[in-house]
Order: sequence, then structure tokens, then C-alpha cells
Amino acid sequence: MYEGAVQDLIDELGRLPGVGPKSAQRIAFFILGSEATDISRLAAALHRVRDEVRFCTICGNVAEAQLCKICRDPRRALDVICVVEEPKDVVAIERTREFRGRYHILGGAISPIDGIGPEDLRIRELMARLADGEITELILATDPNFEGEATATYLARCVASMGMTVTRLASGLPVGGDLEYADEVTLGRAFEGRRRVTA
Amino acid sequence: MHLRQLVLHDFRSWVTADLALQPGPAVFVGPNGQGKTNLVEAVGYLATLGSHRVATDAPLVRQGAGQAIVRARFARDDRELLVECEISPVKANRVRVNRAPLPRPRELLGLVRTVLFAPEDLALVRGDPSERRRFLDELLVTRAPRYAGVRQDYDRVLKQRNALLKTARHARGDALRTLDIWDAHVARVGGELLAGRLALVAALAPYVSAAYAAIAGTGSAAEEAAGITYESSALRPDPYPIQGAPDSNLSTQGRPESVAELTEAIAEALLRVRGDELDRGITLVGPHRDELRLRLGGSAAKGYASHGESWSFALALKLGAYDLLRADGVEPILILDDVFAELDTRRRAHLSTIAAAAEQTLITAAVSEDVPASLSGMRFQVADGEVHPIG
Ligand SMILES: Nc1ncnc2c1ncn2[C@@H]1O[C@H](COP(=O)(O)OP(=O)(O)OP(=O)(O)O)[C@@H](O)[C@H]1O
Ligand SMILES: [Mg+2]
Ligand SMILES: [Zn+2]
Repeated sequence: MYEGAVQDLIDELGRLPGVGPKSAQRIAFFILGSEATDISRLAAALHRVRDEVRFCTICGNVAEAQLCKICRDPRRALDVICVVEEPKDVVAIERTREFRGRYHILGGAISPIDGIGPEDLRIRELMARLADGEITELILATDPNFEGEATATYLARCVASMGMTVTRLASGLPVGGDLEYADEVTLGRAFEGRRRVTA
Repeated sequence: MHLRQLVLHDFRSWVTADLALQPGPAVFVGPNGQGKTNLVEAVGYLATLGSHRVATDAPLVRQGAGQAIVRARFARDDRELLVECEISPVKANRVRVNRAPLPRPRELLGLVRTVLFAPEDLALVRGDPSERRRFLDELLVTRAPRYAGVRQDYDRVLKQRNALLKTARHARGDALRTLDIWDAHVARVGGELLAGRLALVAALAPYVSAAYAAIAGTGSAAEEAAGITYESSALRPDPYPIQGAPDSNLSTQGRPESVAELTEAIAEALLRVRGDELDRGITLVGPHRDELRLRLGGSAAKGYASHGESWSFALALKLGAYDLLRADGVEPILILDDVFAELDTRRRAHLSTIAAAAEQTLITAAVSEDVPASLSGMRFQVADGEVHPIG
């Protein structure tokens, strides 16, 4: 245990995902030894995410305005939506440059163990986006694990009567994995080879 | 295969141990509590990534140490196999094979092959069905390592489905609408596991019967014959059979065998019991509710077999597994932990004949006299945290 401020910092860092007590201590002492300007920049960045970042009212991605960069971009196709679990999946798919439509972020996947059911995901918002009939293809790019599959199946059923093409990324993605960890080539191929889903 | 060298650091009671071995029997003797079983437990760990005595890894790390290291050199198919395993109670374990790190420890499974027989194995006959399922799954994974992933997937989907069933009663909104999605997962992964187990039991059964006959020495008397059958909770028409009622399990004819057929059978069974499942909040059919039935003559071994017969059956299961693995082409290392003292003269003689003929047998005993003299080979004295070859 350290005194006051140092221990407080270690405790706060230790609450971050993937940071254990040892790393928290290492980061804390790194910060302690940093230039004042570096620390100010970090502190300012933390404040800015809290104050300035909001969620895009269309897709649910993080944004600095009412709409995110992608939803604001007039070159993006308006007739196809790619459904993902998390904002980090958008980053992974954008890297492949295979997809020119827009996204919908669910905010997770169906997982009874974690108490997450369909009503805890942004599915109602998705249905609202689909309601006007302009969407011709819905790509289900949830993670290639049981929770992602369950979510995709559920969504495919919800939209079954709406008449659009529903596709799922091709297999070849490592099963049981996270979309964000798939390399660009694999993920790009999965995109190209996506398959029709029948509910 | 056989073990050439075993090195331990902070494994159980061992600060360090380093021993060289040859093919043939190796006997470890020494007073109680000196670490004999700990030595062979380490070898078994490399085969199963688990212990025959405890369910978690934490007790395997020496008290006060951060991690345990087990390093072993084997000869398999005339090649050297170097396996190194770091066991940590808090971090993920790390495994290297011939110096190359494995992406996941479970990829080790199937490489090191052992059959371990210990006093704990009496639970195979007298204990819960879960003991027998674990025995089957361990053997299944050894023969076909991809089943390690299937098992893990099955545990995962089962947990998800059970979590959903538990909350389903006071479910909000669409929770129930997702139940059949989990049914499909449970049925598909369960069907795969079930197919693996059924094929395994079909292959294993004749070896177990033969092993029992040889151990009991009664030849072919029908009332003494031992057999094993797999009873699937999903294939049974009545999911709640009356104890002791004539077996209603489907006969071998027309019994589903392919993964697709078994998947469908589980899916149907899940639908049949759904009402009960919602009441009780758990999944009632699937490989996790199945039983490996042991029978002796006309009756179930559990509850009827005498103490000696129970021991013989447990031994027959292990020797059956040993013979099956040998027939597959790789001779496993036979490990006999503290068992000679438990057996009568006949069984002792039979086991020592097999042990003497094996490529390598590791034997522990508190007193040297418990080990039949016919098992000549290496002998080690284990005491005071050290292990020394004798003679
Ligand atoms: N994690 C651990 N750290 C330190 N010591 C341990 C640990 N686990 C077990 N031990 C010690 O190991 C000893 C038991 O060793 P083991 O079971 O190998 O004995 P054994 O020689 O086979 O004895 P027996 O003849 O009674 O079967 C006990 O004294 C126990 O306290
Ligand atoms: Mg012992
Ligand atoms: Zn957006």
C-alpha cells in the first residue's frame, strides 16, 4: 500500500479492464515520472471523452457530434447496414475497406450468463431504421461465438418478414473468437464471402 | 511411449525433483506423505491437464510458491518429446512442446498418453455418474483431441441455457423467445459430444469385458460377466426412469448414430422436457445428464458389487482404456498409484503381469513388499523431499 494520491491512482487504474494490480502500479509510477505537460494532455483527453463524446443517434457508434463520421459521410451507401456488437468492431471492419454501407452497433450480444437479453441491446433502434423499407441488405457481423451466433439468429428472425437480404459473415473467422482480433485479410474475405441467412 | 526424465519445481511438496527413467517398471517406495503420488500425479497432469485427486490447479502449486513447473522428456514413436508446463493458480497456464509455446494449453492433450489407476478410481464404480462421464471424456479427448474444444463449447452453451432457464420464470420481454436458439446450440454441440461418446463406448466395451474376465479369473461364466453401456438421457423415451426398472434404452438396432441424428434427438428431447425445465431452471437432457452403466452379470454394479468386485471393475475400466489406446497404436504409460495394497493375491498377480509387459509402468507403494517381486526394474526411495535410485 502506498500513501494517499499514489494509491488512489493505482486503485483507479486497477479498475480498468485488462489492468491487473501489477500493471496498475507500473502505469502509476510511469505517470509519476512523466512531464507535467504529458500528464495534462492525458487528463484533458479523459475530460474530453466524458464531456464531448456522445453516441451517434443513427448507428450508436461513438461520435463527436449528433452523427458519427460514417453516418455523416455522403459517399456511404444508404441501402445496406452492417450490424456489429461494439464500436471496436467498426474499426476492425473499416480497416478491411470492404464495406461501403453504414453500421448499427448493438452494444453487446445476447448472453443470459451476463443477464443480457434482446431488450438490452439496441434492437428496437435497428428495427426503426429498417422500417422505411430502404434497406436492401442487412449484414450480421456479430462475433463468431455462441453469443454472437445466438444474436444473429434472433435478429434474422426479427427481420424475416421484412423482405431484405440478410447475410452473415462467411466462416473462416476463428470460431469462438472476437471480431476485432481477426486480421484484415481474414475479415475481408469473410465479408466478401458472406452468406444468406434464412430464419 | 515412455518417460525418460521428469523435472519438477514447486509442484506439490517438491521444491525440486529430477529423475531419469528407462522403459520397464519403475517403483517408488517410501513412507506415507513423502511425495510419491505427487511425482506420478505430475506425469498424469501432462496427459490430461488435470489431477486425479483435485479438481483445480491451485493445490498443485507448492504452498508459498507462485507457480509450479513440470518438465518431462518422453520417447514417443522413436522420437523425443519435450513437454514443459507452468502451472499457476492465478494466471493462465503455459505449455511448451519441444521448446515451442502452444497457443493454448489444451493443444497438449493427446500427445502424452497415460493410464492412471489409483484408489480414487473406486469412485468410478461407486460414485456419481459425473465420475464416469469424466472418465469417458478424458479418454475421448486423448484419442481425439478436438473433443477438448467440443467439451468446452458444450459447457459454455449449457451455462448460457441454464442461466436463461433460471431467469425465464420472471422473464422480461423476449427472454423466452431466445430459448430455442440456445436449444439449437445445445443440441448441435451435445450431438457432437454424444456421437463421440457412443463411438468410444462401442470401441471400449469389449476391452473392459475382457479385462474384467481376466482379472476375476472366472472365464466365461455369464453371471460374472461385466459390461458397459452408454445410457443417453436424450435417447431414452422416458427421461425419468424408475430406479431398477428394466432398461428401456433403445436397442442397438435403429439407434441414431450420426451427429445429425443425435442433434435432432437432443433437440426433440429438449422440447419434451421444456415444461419441467422451466419449473426447475436447469437443462434436464443432454450429455451432461448421461450415464455409463456398469453391469455385472444381470445387475448394476453400483449398489450390488462387493468391495472386491467394485475394485475389479474399476481396474477393468482402466485396463480396458489401456488396451484400447494400445490398439490405437501408441502404448500409454501405465501409472499404478498405491493400488497393490488394495488388491488380493490373484488380482495383484494379474496386474503385475500386465505391468511387467508394459512399455513403462510407474508404481508407487508405501512398503516395498506390497509390490510383487516379479516386477523387477528400477526402484526409487522417496523420503525427506528427495528421490534416489536404490540398488
Ligand atoms: N501444494 C502443496 N504444497 C506443499 N505440500 C503439499 C502440497 N500438496 C500436497 N503436499 C504435501 O504432500 C504430501 C503428500 O504427498 P503424496 O500424496 O505424494 O504422498 P505419498 O508419498 O503418495 O503418501 P502415501 O504413501 O500416503 O500415498 C503431504 O504431506 C502434503 O502435505
Ligand atoms: Mg500416495
Ligand atoms: Zn453513426
